[in-house]
Amino acid sequence: MVRVLVPSGALGLNYDKQALARGVAAKPDIIAIDGGSTDSGPSYLGRGVSKYARSSTKIEWAGLMEARAQAGCPLVIGTAGTCGTDSAVDWMLDITREIAAEQGRPVKIAVLRSSQEPATIAQAYAARRVTPLPNAPEINAELIESCTNIVALAGVEQITQALDTGADIIIAGRTTDTAIIAALPLQKGCHPGGAWHGAKIGECGALCATNPQSGVILIDFDSDGFTVTPLADGAHATPHTVSAHMLYENSDPFILYEPGGHLDVTGATYTALDETSVRVTGSEWVVSDDYTVKLEGARGAGFQTVLMALIRDAHYVEHSERWAADIVSKCTAKVMDRLGVDEDAFTIEIRIIGKTASFGALETNHAAPPEVGAIGIVTAKTESLSQEIGKMLNPYLLHHPLTVEEEVPTFAFLFSPAEMPRGQTYEFALNHVLHLDDPMAAFSLEVHDCA
Amino acid sequence: MTVPKLRDIVQKVRSKNAGPFWLTIDIFCGSEEAFQAVQTKLKTDAVARLYGADSQLLKRFEMPDLNVVKISLPRPATQGAIDDRDMHGASWAALLAEMEL
Repeated sequence: MVRVLVPSGALGLNYDKQALARGVAAKPDIIAIDGGSTDSGPSYLGRGVSKYARSSTKIEWAGLMEARAQAGCPLVIGTAGTCGTDSAVDWMLDITREIAAEQGRPVKIAVLRSSQEPATIAQAYAARRVTPLPNAPEINAELIESCTNIVALAGVEQITQALDTGADIIIAGRTTDTAIIAALPLQKGCHPGGAWHGAKIGECGALCATNPQSGVILIDFDSDGFTVTPLADGAHATPHTVSAHMLYENSDPFILYEPGGHLDVTGATYTALDETSVRVTGSEWVVSDDYTVKLEGARGAGFQTVLMALIRDAHYVEHSERWAADIVSKCTAKVMDRLGVDEDAFTIEIRIIGKTASFGALETNHAAPPEVGAIGIVTAKTESLSQEIGKMLNPYLLHHPLTVEEEVPTFAFLFSPAEMPRGQTYEFALNHVLHLDDPMAAFSLEVHDCA
Repeated sequence: MTVPKLRDIVQKVRSKNAGPFWLTIDIFCGSEEAFQAVQTKLKTDAVARLYGADSQLLKRFEMPDLNVVKISLPRPATQGAIDDRDMHGASWAALLAEMEL
């Protein structure tokens, strides 16, 4: 049996300390926690930075390093620093060294790196070793090389190599959410379908149970399947909460693709062992012929400046979308005329919060709101152009009349200045896989002894 | 008589990203009766039209054990792209919840 302690769905979301202590007392074989995903958007990957505060990360990680020392087992974090780039891994390594010094406890740290050179990925693309997943964007070599960061998602093969170094702590760059949990059970010969399925159920911590905010869960893997137990007071796993977790953030609730194969849970059975624990058997791991790892990449998508006005005048609320369309048209013409730039150098958009900001033309509910917000979004090729256009948009949002006959209106600005520069924005550029002959070919491993 | 909306007969409708390029919507029906009603009355083509999606690309799963109908579709805009409106794909469920059956 292999016992995996998962403190929470992500480092930075906090965990229940009492439940963690219970987990440590249960003598886990490994403590595994996820450090991120793409879910917060492309900026983190584009810049190679964490979304969570360094101080929060440090406090939570120090608690886990303490728990690791007490339990005498390895501690692994996957997708360190939200995006799992080398820069985010270095940030996490720096925090880890600081804590090790403060705790006065020497640790051996294995670092698994997932960042890819865009030029190398462009060559792999030319060699037809980069292939699209469903609904992938169109790409070419130039676009790949324009990415500021590309990462490959490591699977269990790479995590297993990191475990083999005998490290106390493993800081991994981008990995699949499941790999850090499934690696040790698979290495020790547990049921492959059970290992992957248990890892999927556990990757969000206690989200597979009642009291999902509590975070901490324990998963026992064996030769037939796995058993999941949430550890916080009042948290219960039931066959319903556990099986329903396969729905979460998955486009397919039965099949999960991973490096080297896929998990199929169509035949899984979920049994309540008591009020708290659920046992799962019957999941299947299907090995693929080809070894692929998913790629994520982000590239610059222009510089943004946003402005916001509130409209409370009933006449303008009613006609706010016509008003916004007129502003966009007039301001676009003015920008081209005064700045001498082409139409493809910038975009101006105004979204009406209270009417169609969420769904645009797809909105079906046309109830009349008492007030609306108008958010102006300028995206331009350079920072200075973006801010210059923001300043041109400002007087329209403040004073634009619906018709030339009416008295000049004034709308409510929330801030001075009204223009809020957002700097460089990023977009996700890849939804592809990289074909590898050797799983380690796109990854590197190093060991640091921290005295 | 007013036509019932999906939200009037089910427990909960939620949506979330399934990666940056896909959106997934889970309809928790709450009872076998509601599940059967959703199964028969919720038309895949109509859902595709609601989201401006290609119905050929829309994936639908019916899970009687959970009384859940799940629908996955290409995201209306790629997550975080300049035309995206909802970074985590959280609000899109409301469009389906308010759909008349």
